[in-house]
Amino acid sequence: MSALGHLGGGGSSVAVPPRASEPVAGAKRRRVLPYLLLLPGALWLTVFFIAPLVSLFATSLYDPTGSLQDGYAMTWHFANYADAVRDFLPHFGRSLAYSLITTLVCLLLGYPLAYAIAQKAGRFKNLLLVCVIAPFFTSFLLRTLAWKTILSDNGGLVRFLRDLPLVPDDLRLLATPFAVVCGLIYNFLPFMVLPLYASLEKLDGRLLEAASDLYAGSFAAFRKVTLPLSMPGVVAGTLLTFIPAAGDYINASLLGTPNTTMIGNAIQSRFLVVNDYPSAAALSFVLMGAILILVLIYVRRAGTEEVV
Amino acid sequence: MWRWLRQRWTLWVGLLVLVYMFVPIYYVVRLSFDRSNGRLDYDLNGTFTTEYWHSALRPGEMRDAVINSLLIGLIATVVATILGTLMSFALARHRFRGRASTNLLIFLPMATPEVVMGSSLLALFVSAGIPLGFVTVLIAHVMFCVSFVVVTVKARLAGMDPRLEEAAMDLYASERQTFLRVTLPLVAPGILAAALLSFSLSFDDFIITNFNTSATFTTFPMYVWGSSLRGIPREVNVVGTVMFGVAFVIVVIGEILSWRRRRSLRSALRASTLPTS
Repeated sequence: MSALGHLGGGGSSVAVPPRASEPVAGAKRRRVLPYLLLLPGALWLTVFFIAPLVSLFATSLYDPTGSLQDGYAMTWHFANYADAVRDFLPHFGRSLAYSLITTLVCLLLGYPLAYAIAQKAGRFKNLLLVCVIAPFFTSFLLRTLAWKTILSDNGGLVRFLRDLPLVPDDLRLLATPFAVVCGLIYNFLPFMVLPLYASLEKLDGRLLEAASDLYAGSFAAFRKVTLPLSMPGVVAGTLLTFIPAAGDYINASLLGTPNTTMIGNAIQSRFLVVNDYPSAAALSFVLMGAILILVLIYVRRAGTEEVV
Repeated sequence: MWRWLRQRWTLWVGLLVLVYMFVPIYYVVRLSFDRSNGRLDYDLNGTFTTEYWHSALRPGEMRDAVINSLLIGLIATVVATILGTLMSFALARHRFRGRASTNLLIFLPMATPEVVMGSSLLALFVSAGIPLGFVTVLIAHVMFCVSFVVVTVKARLAGMDPRLEEAAMDLYASERQTFLRVTLPLVAPGILAAALLSFSLSFDDFIITNFNTSATFTTFPMYVWGSSLRGIPREVNVVGTVMFGVAFVIVVIGEILSWRRRRSLRSALRASTLPTS
């Protein structure tokens, strides 16, 4: 039966019994069908994702002396980019530092969790997975605001830490870089855990048994078997954590101070508060370019092409 | 003892991380029952009250914002699920020219920071002279949901046994009947999961909405953000708690249903005389 499927199905996986009446029309329909299926969605993404990027690029080259009310003149003003990078270098630096720390801590926290769920949880696997995505069930902003309560000067955590020896009595957690990173880690941890889980779940336990039969210690087995096999998950997870963390401005706004603002804050205020569109657009593009370059280098280094 | 700990430490670390993930949720629930000392008070004061659960239902800015979010979420979910499901069928079932670029078109929105997506759409709307509001927010939400729908449904399609459809065809089902009676029911859980994901993404979206809405059209996250500048009413935590409860119940019901289905499928297989591979 499956041999017939291969004969009749051609490219598609569905076996079509040949019909004498309409072989030509059927073949033609089969060729056009995928394009018809793709058309609405692809059109939507082209018009509302690709076209805006083009429009943003054009905006980034407008003459910055114009205003939103009077309109901008297109002068291919590439200096916008130099100005944006020069004026907001500290923001870029902070974004990079915070999102790298976030990604690293998420990896350290997420790996044991994903491993435990995938390999040790047995029949509680699905329940634990639901718990991983549970933070998504409440609103992003409310979760972040909850950290404001947790890290507050009057909160239990700060009071407990202040009572410890060697900790200064005027210790503050809220409105520090620590608070911002804390919020980022919490908010993006599930993005790390889910891809890690997906690749660790496929890991065959017998490979680890084989490793230990060959006298590998548990650390050697992890380094030589588990980690290489979970690399696609590590790459996907770090990207899914790093990219949104680098562009985030909610955590920096709600948990930080003006001294901890990230590049997202700069873009948001340039666009929505100052209404300086050309420089805001240039900032957006620099952010996107920087992320793309980092991602490309990283994917090359990690030696996996299976990101998509 | 040492050995026992060493064998299970990943499990314990994993469980600790899980507990950590629930801490802020616990705080959201606690805050919804905690009497506040004024609008700029973020601390837990330890006085139990249910007054915010009563006042949350009162008509006002917050209720309008929640209704707007639900409305946008529902429409965006329906549109994005249809567009995304069609695309995933094309990608999973057909070989055609332009597959690679289509995959890229679907992957890119997921790899772009939200600020860039939001600001670029704003640049487009402003230069095209489209007034911001309900329509622009809806367009933006459909845009970022589509990719996630495609990925989810495609995964389900890829995991499906093609022999089931072949069997239906062998039993003289027409292409249409095969699709409606075999393919669609098998993909349905994937489509449902994609729709739930879209809804939660849309309902929770703040950054992209922040760029593409007007001052008069407020979603729930926009309301929380706006009020965070002048002091947050405790009622928002009631909404957060209800959202958490509803989502949790939906997921648990889904788990129970799929567990029961798997069990009945297993017993059906055991009862059948056909050898199962």
